[in-house]
Amino acid sequence: MADNTHRMNRFDLTQRLVARLRNEEAVIGGIGHTNFDLWSAGHRPQNFYMLGSMGLAVPIALGVALAQPRRRVFALEGDGSLLMQLGCLATVATLKPRNLTILVMDNGTYQITGGQPTPAAGGADYVAIARGCGIADAVWAKDEADFERLADRCLAAEGPQLIGLKLDDAKPPSQTERDPAQIRDRFMRGLGVKISKLPG
Amino acid sequence: MGIAGEQRAWHEVVVEVLKANEIRLIPYVPDNVLRPLIGAIQADPFFTAFTTAREEEAVGIVAGGAMAGMRGMVLMQTSGFATLANVLASLPCAYQIPVLLLISERGTLGEFNLGQAAVWRTMRPVLEALAMEHHVITRLDECGFILDRTIRQALMTQQPAALILSPLLTGGKASPVRVGG
Repeated sequence: MADNTHRMNRFDLTQRLVARLRNEEAVIGGIGHTNFDLWSAGHRPQNFYMLGSMGLAVPIALGVALAQPRRRVFALEGDGSLLMQLGCLATVATLKPRNLTILVMDNGTYQITGGQPTPAAGGADYVAIARGCGIADAVWAKDEADFERLADRCLAAEGPQLIGLKLDDAKPPSQTERDPAQIRDRFMRGLGVKISKLPG
Repeated sequence: MGIAGEQRAWHEVVVEVLKANEIRLIPYVPDNVLRPLIGAIQADPFFTAFTTAREEEAVGIVAGGAMAGMRGMVLMQTSGFATLANVLASLPCAYQIPVLLLISERGTLGEFNLGQAAVWRTMRPVLEALAMEHHVITRLDECGFILDRTIRQALMTQQPAALILSPLLTGGKASPVRVGG
């Protein structure tokens, strides 16, 4: 049995992750509350906030990881979002990007639309699914201290990795500024891809 | 003739234009008409090419790659494009990311599968509703020019674009059975 009965807070975990980033790691926040909490944890130039395209946080992160193999990339994806694009785990397992880590934010619900249960309510286990797809380094974090240990290990070890996080039902403290072109521009500057004389 | 490439096959022209524009990241969902192009790209270490489970996933990968400095193009067929309206609207269109699509056109000029013919009718209305730049390539002597200029415009204007490979160019997919057979 997976040791994942302890419920954690998404904003707290996101803050703990961001506090560990020292090398301009890229972080892709998936649709809804996942990217709201990334925003609430304090904007970084290497953050990308996905405002639509539900399910594409992992593919976007994979694209960044392939383009910049020396930069560590984190995908923060909700459980409902991952269910929309489960096939991407097989793609990640096949390509084996050494610099990619996936965090599955699993509250069991579509929180932003009123807390309806996802179709995984019957017991689908995202860590087991990831392993079944071929991502061998996939684990549930037992508690906050275990998450910090796993995050530190991911920053030092070769990926791909996936960490499952069982969440409480707390909502984010603030919402992302919804300005896609500005988000993209800042992200490209943060990754060193765009150089501009326009103040950024 | 350089980029116009009248004497070569369409897929050889595509490979040359992709290389000239540094388009390296090629996620795709396979298509029979695209086989010679996919084969050439897979065999060439210039490209990072691989299959994805869905076309949406490939759009996400190319969007991420483009923002991180690696240009890319998604290969698919018409029915695959029909799965993409939401992610095109909310990712490359909204964020202004030059995601390039190369679509093998099924569903017209001798289609034998009614499902393909029905979904074909949705492709141009969706592209027009999204206000996405798109061109149909029908002639070998225009193939290099349309590809090269559309790719360059997408990159320079930070906009997605779609290129449709007509059966007039590729020959399309022939019916496996005779009419009434």
